[in-house]
Amino acid sequence: MRFAFSPDQLAMQTALRALLEKECPAPVVRAAWTSDTGHSPALWRSLTDFGLVGLTADAAHGGVGLDELDLVLLLEECGRAAVPAPVLEATAVAAPLLRDAANDALNARWQPALASGEAVVTVGLAGSDFVVAANVADLVLLERSGELHAVPAGALTRTAQRSVDGSRRLFTVQWEPSAETLVADGEVASRAIAAARDRGALAAAAQLLGLARQMIAMTVGHVTVRKQFGAAIGSFQAVKHHLANALVKVEFARPLVYRAAYSMARGDADRSLHVSMAKAQASDAAEVAARAALQCHGAIGYSYEHDLHLWMKRAWALGAAWGSAAQHRARVGEALFGG
Amino acid sequence: MDLSLTPAEEAFRLEARRWLEANVPSTPLPSGDDAEGFALHRVWEKKLFDARWAVVSWPEAYGGRGASLVEWLLFEEEYYRAGAPQRIAQNGIFLLAPTLFEFGTQAQRDRILPRMAAALDVWAQGWSEPGAGSDLAGLTSRAVRDDARGGWRLSGQKTWCTRGAHCDWMFGLFRTDPAADRHRGMTYFLVPLRAPGVTVRAVGRLDGDDGFADVFLDDVFVPDDDVLGGVHKGWEVAMATTSSERGLTLRSPGRFLATAARLVDLGKRFGVDERLRDDVVRAHIDAEAYRLYTQQTVTRVMDGGSIGAESSLNKVFWSELDVRMHATALEILGERAELVDDAPAAVDLGAWMKGHQFALAGPIYAGTNEIQKNVIAERVLGLPRR
Ligand SMILES: Cc1cc2nc3c(=O)[nH]c(=O)nc-3n(C[C@H](O)[C@H](O)[C@H](O)COP(=O)(O)OP(=O)(O)OC[C@H]3O[C@@H](n4cnc5c(N)ncnc54)[C@H](O)[C@@H]3O)c2cc1C
Repeated sequence: MRFAFSPDQLAMQTALRALLEKECPAPVVRAAWTSDTGHSPALWRSLTDFGLVGLTADAAHGGVGLDELDLVLLLEECGRAAVPAPVLEATAVAAPLLRDAANDALNARWQPALASGEAVVTVGLAGSDFVVAANVADLVLLERSGELHAVPAGALTRTAQRSVDGSRRLFTVQWEPSAETLVADGEVASRAIAAARDRGALAAAAQLLGLARQMIAMTVGHVTVRKQFGAAIGSFQAVKHHLANALVKVEFARPLVYRAAYSMARGDADRSLHVSMAKAQASDAAEVAARAALQCHGAIGYSYEHDLHLWMKRAWALGAAWGSAAQHRARVGEALFGG
Repeated sequence: MDLSLTPAEEAFRLEARRWLEANVPSTPLPSGDDAEGFALHRVWEKKLFDARWAVVSWPEAYGGRGASLVEWLLFEEEYYRAGAPQRIAQNGIFLLAPTLFEFGTQAQRDRILPRMAAALDVWAQGWSEPGAGSDLAGLTSRAVRDDARGGWRLSGQKTWCTRGAHCDWMFGLFRTDPAADRHRGMTYFLVPLRAPGVTVRAVGRLDGDDGFADVFLDDVFVPDDDVLGGVHKGWEVAMATTSSERGLTLRSPGRFLATAARLVDLGKRFGVDERLRDDVVRAHIDAEAYRLYTQQTVTRVMDGGSIGAESSLNKVFWSELDVRMHATALEILGERAELVDDAPAAVDLGAWMKGHQFALAGPIYAGTNEIQKNVIAERVLGLPRR
């Protein structure tokens, strides 16, 4: 029994953190809110060159071929930096979904393009009405009536649905399924889609961990500097306890998220259950951290100019995306109690 | 990362399970917090010792199996899953023993540990005093030098000593240099509770059992051999092991996993609406989180790392979880929740109300949760002290 990451996995995390500190500081996140597409090609290029975007893409097709356990710490870093880019959709979900469900030709066509950053691939699975980043995607993997389809972005009619998080560009899409768009059906499709849904929830959970930890860190910074009554407000016990409560929530969500990544990578029989536990706990933890952060910032945290809201709104969005805490607990409840 | 067990660990788990299945009393022992129940628990502790299950992680020379931390976790899971008796030896084997391993002399270890493991000597802890609770450094019990006899004379009052009225020995801090700063000049003593000058008074706990004791000391002689870790070094010695205790040994995940599993069973037996079912699921997830968190900690310790202030996160988490789980159980039981002991209609002999009362102590003992949250904020997050 060894509950720890390998030196390689930790080194990749450190390297990505350093890259994001340079390439994705808060002004970059903020700029994505007001840009036309919400997407920064320069950032996407950096993430691709780092190897993140193609991390899960098939090694036989130009990808790095790594698994959920290798990815989870990197997603956490994306959360920490509130990265405005569809890493969850393209890397955590779409690449493995293509690998699991598509034939060789389709994989040969799209995996190298995805891994090299030439093409953005995103997903729209049943259970969600929205496709993230459909405006910048080249290909969208869509589920309909148990079938998986791959639809070129040009063949979609998109309706923008504005998110509270200005960097998340959501769309409802209309499209016509056809023999050409069909990737897989039957058992193959349903198994691949179920795994994709678990990967999405796991990736959201990992990002929520990073978001929550960063909101706590921002708040620690603020309450150490801000003075009232002649003292740093962080010396007041009420403030301390808000942050301590948040930290307990986050640090006890963390091992559930890591275990879920391990179970996904290993194909453990209970992996879906483990993912649900992770997503439920991480969503709750981020919610608590966001509340504590806002409360301890006071009005400055409530202002649009301050960066806190960029993180907080991402946390709200990801808390509900890929299944809310309550939905995931319901799934655990079914396993414990039956139906 | 590898969360699987080795064949040897699986075999260890199975051996523990088999032994517990064959030996755990089929009707629960009466509470070990009363004199009569304590005596029966002492017999149980001896039985554990004879089969070498009392202190699995200790060296074989002291009655253990030299088990790894992973194996210790497995044993604890099996122990609580089997519904085995409460461990009256706990304060000795989990709190004093690690301190002895770190700071004791060879002679002290050889003399004390085997008797502790066999429950021939059961230990009480004597930190709190009427004037020193959360602010332990405010303690005033003192020890004065007795050169003629080669030891110390202890006077003062210790309070809230768990099962102190039934124990044989007590460990605790006493002031040996009254002129020193409040965190200095204390010494860690091992005190025989049957020595002349010691008066022990049982004090009832919330559930009515004699689980607390006041210990009055009036010029009690303690030889130099019973000083642990050096004169005037008591604070450092006591603090060095508290975080590993809070962080690992005091409350193993097995206990909460077992409670969560029983809670699921209770929900199935009595039925739960959607909201209560959600509460049960939360308990199950939290218990699982605690198990995994502990595996992280164990891995860090096995890699040579230490457990620092983050042990306070641990203590807050398990104590609040325990309260939530019992509160949920009582809600499931509805009007039967209030029935205790031999009430014919009581569910599981009123175990949930009994457990609820004990769970409520969790946020108080081992450093209150308010104090733990101060520690988290100041020493983990780095917020300024006031
Ligand atoms: C079941 C049980 C078993 C125990 N067993 C033992 C034992 O075997 N040996 C032993 O020595 N002791 C034992 N204790 C005592 C325990 O260690 C103390 O209760 C604990 O240290 C708190 O001290 P106190 O009870 O004096 O409370 P106080 O220190 O008076 O605290 C009362 C309240 O004030 C709060 N408070 C105090 N200071 C602060 C602060 N700085 N910031 C914020 N809040 C604060 C506390 O958090 C608490 O809520 C036991 C207690 C219980 C309940």
